[in-house]
Amino acid sequence: MGIHATEVTATTGRGRTADSEDAPLLQVKNLQVEFRTRDGVAKAVNGVNYSVRAGETLAILGESGSGKSVSSQAVMGILDSPPGFVTGGEIVFKGQDLLKLSKEQRRKIRGTQMAMIFQDALSSLNPVHTVGTQLGEMFRVHRGTSKSEAKKKAVELMERVGIPAAKERVNQYPHQFSGGMRQRIMIAMALALEPDLIIADEPTTALDVTVQAQVMELLADLQAEYNMGLILITHDLGVVADVADKIAVMYAGRIVETAPVHELYKRPAHPYTRGLLDSIPRLDQKGQELYAIKGLPPNLLRIPSGCAFNPRCPMAQEVCRSEVPPLHAVTEADGTPIEGRGSACHFWKETIHG
Amino acid sequence: MGRYVIRRLLQMIPVFIGTTFIIFTMVHALGDPVAALFGDKAPDPAVAAQIRQQLGLDNPLIVQYGDYMKGIFTGDLGTTFSGQPVTELLKTAYPTTLKLTVVAFTFEVIIGIGLGVLSGMRRGHLADTGVMVMTLIVISIPTFVIGYVLQYLFGVKWGLADATVPEGAPIQSLLLPGFVLASVSLAYVARLTRTTIAENSKADYVRTAVAKGLPRRRVVTHHLLRNSLIPVITFLGTDLGALMGGALVTERIFNIHGVGYYLYQGIVHQSTSTVVGFVTVLVIVFLLANLLVDLLYAVLDPRIRYA
Amino acid sequence: MPDQQPNKPNGVPDDANTELSSAFAQTPTLGAMEVEGMLEKEDLTHAPEQSSESVGITDREVPRSLWQDAWRELRRNPIFIISGILIIFLVIVAIFPGLFDSTSPLQCDLSKSQQGPTSGHPFGFDTQGCDVYARTVYGARASITVGVFATLGTALLGTLLGGLAGYFGGWLDAVVSRIADIFFGIPILLGGLVFLSVIPSRSIWVVVAFIVVLGWPQLARIARGAVITARQQDYVTAARALGAGNVRLMLRHILPNSLAPIIVVATIALGTYISLEATLSYLGVGLKPPTVSWGIDISAAADTFRNAPHMLLFPAGALCITILAFIMLGDAVRDALDPKLR
Repeated sequence: MGIHATEVTATTGRGRTADSEDAPLLQVKNLQVEFRTRDGVAKAVNGVNYSVRAGETLAILGESGSGKSVSSQAVMGILDSPPGFVTGGEIVFKGQDLLKLSKEQRRKIRGTQMAMIFQDALSSLNPVHTVGTQLGEMFRVHRGTSKSEAKKKAVELMERVGIPAAKERVNQYPHQFSGGMRQRIMIAMALALEPDLIIADEPTTALDVTVQAQVMELLADLQAEYNMGLILITHDLGVVADVADKIAVMYAGRIVETAPVHELYKRPAHPYTRGLLDSIPRLDQKGQELYAIKGLPPNLLRIPSGCAFNPRCPMAQEVCRSEVPPLHAVTEADGTPIEGRGSACHFWKETIHG
Repeated sequence: MGRYVIRRLLQMIPVFIGTTFIIFTMVHALGDPVAALFGDKAPDPAVAAQIRQQLGLDNPLIVQYGDYMKGIFTGDLGTTFSGQPVTELLKTAYPTTLKLTVVAFTFEVIIGIGLGVLSGMRRGHLADTGVMVMTLIVISIPTFVIGYVLQYLFGVKWGLADATVPEGAPIQSLLLPGFVLASVSLAYVARLTRTTIAENSKADYVRTAVAKGLPRRRVVTHHLLRNSLIPVITFLGTDLGALMGGALVTERIFNIHGVGYYLYQGIVHQSTSTVVGFVTVLVIVFLLANLLVDLLYAVLDPRIRYA
Repeated sequence: MPDQQPNKPNGVPDDANTELSSAFAQTPTLGAMEVEGMLEKEDLTHAPEQSSESVGITDREVPRSLWQDAWRELRRNPIFIISGILIIFLVIVAIFPGLFDSTSPLQCDLSKSQQGPTSGHPFGFDTQGCDVYARTVYGARASITVGVFATLGTALLGTLLGGLAGYFGGWLDAVVSRIADIFFGIPILLGGLVFLSVIPSRSIWVVVAFIVVLGWPQLARIARGAVITARQQDYVTAARALGAGNVRLMLRHILPNSLAPIIVVATIALGTYISLEATLSYLGVGLKPPTVSWGIDISAAADTFRNAPHMLLFPAGALCITILAFIMLGDAVRDALDPKLR
């Protein structure tokens, strides 16, 4: 699809100024992924652009099926293929396009330079190996360390992520840990070789709310300590607010809005984002009816023409049904540009400025 | 683990008693063994009664069963009517059947798992389709038909193997019967292996292993196969008993003087002690194999061990 | 604490799973164990929710039930169509053998003993001089009857006992499970050799009854597992909270949601029961003449196989095609009912 979304090189939060000479750690350009199923071709990712710098946290927000997980799996190179295929775009990591590397070269990058944390730690850890073996495997395979040395490293890692009695528990199996502890093990595993980039796919969704906060905090601390880039994939707006620097909102395989985190909460520039924000219950609006986005996410086999969100959009006009909106750079009402903001809506001005 | 073993053992006791009792009762319904002893002649009632009393056959069935069980635990399975101890018959018959079973089991493990892995790893490829079609056909042909056809082809037409197994049953003469005995189980093992591999290759922990940057070979051996083979091993264990049962058919085709042969003779001659003895031993072997499998399962899958 | 639970699929309690693990049938002839191995880890009753959850790939606008989905899947599966046509044909042959043959399978002429195929007698003659074609046509009835009724029997008895055990649990479950274990403890061919040699009558129904007696535990275990899983579903809890009684719960909510795995195992078992009947007849403890059965004919032809292979090959071929048709049907049904394999 010939959509030329403007590349959004967002500046980071946390007071760091834009050092634009500095190339980003990861740059995803016009990424396209499709699933060839028996029912047809599902276009899961349709031209996604984003970038992450060292020490920066990018949150990718979206409903299930929006393509947020698929795009990150494509970055990791762990897409199930078939049925999934990367059909276009570039994934530039530390200056080289990963899509041009051989399988073996990509494998060596996985685990050592970029790592991934999955949602369900129980099913993501192998049930028949001890956590020590699974942690130590990283050192054994990528660093060629001895068995005993690998185990020592595993204990250190477990201590590092705050698992009590690590020396004893290193010989236990995943099912013997609590959910929060298991997720800490997943984090330890991702962290083992101190990668430059970590992709966390809904790392706290499966956890209790109290444990969620602890795990997010741990992740944020470790990220700051090692100055890693972090991509946080989530559908939970609450999780994002505290840790992310910038947000990309995905809908039907496209990024529909990008913004520094607080900007987005204050004044969304896309009706979809606004819908998401309005559907969060708020204490100060007690008694009012809660807003809900009407309709269902689109079927990826039959994405609506024009703007994919148009059937559900309260602001939809004729143009929304015919023309795919590019990612417009969002400006203040007087025309001064806002750093790192973009909106793929024909009526972004009306949305943000009322 | 200890508690698990004990629970399994305790559960086995009623099963053992129930199974052997059913067999015992059924065999005794075979007919009057004393009458069979006299063949076509009508026995003298007084003599018959005396024999009955000697053998304890005038006691209620449950008492006879109790006596028999006592005998089993002292290694006494009674004597045939010709005066030969059943244990002696077992000693002649069992090694042959055991050899046949071992040969078949080896085929089953090597070829079955081999084909299953090949097929599961290359799903949708020609090799996969070939294995699936082949196993489907093998499953659809009853063992005795496969037996006769292979016996004719290899043993008679091409002369590559012995058509019948000579006395003493040397291993090389058991290769063809062993393969026939294994054939259907082998097909099931291949299909089961394929299914579990196909299923597990989509598992989250395999994705994790890939994301860890492990080489493909290690992902396959340490994660995919290690987990996929657990149910296969379980099946192999329970199938050991089935192989011994299936040996009845194979032994008949290839004229092997093993358990099946003697058991069949026992039934034809209504020799109660022979039939009960042989069947009881088979059932014990079968139950032990099941127990072993359960324990193996616990060793292989820590989730069961620590449950 | 749920976190400490081992990763048991769908929250089936421990015991249920170990039961299932030993639920591999003890003999390949009573098979379908491949399916069981699969079912051990899968839960077909979850299918409707799963398929509607895998967003994007599935059709959101038209939610379909598991059964509609499965039917749609089956209709475009060539294996299902081929095996279906074959089975319909075989059933017609079994019910109306006269349509396909004018000679009687019992009208024999010893002078034609073991003669090969000639015109009018495409399959030749057997040792007794009977027409092999006629015997092959008439033999279908015995095999199909045994297969169908043994499957119905094991499925009904197994579902009833296994279902009740799974639903009520407690002592009933313990008793049913132990009885099932006892019958599992008898290898089926061995049991056939002993049990069937006791019974003088060798009618088809005796063989059917025997298969049901030794075969029901396999279905009972599947049914038990499926019912336990279904019972723990939220909609059952909800129905119970709304005051639904046991009977209503079982018939309206649990049974329809436990049927899929039972149907899959039963269909594949049908093929293996046909094979089992033939094997028993071969061992001399199954059907007996004058019943016409492929198993009997194969057994009789075995001794003269070298001289007159046609006597064995034609009934054996018919037998294999029949078993193959049912196993293929079972395979197709399993694939259709198991969304994970799609």
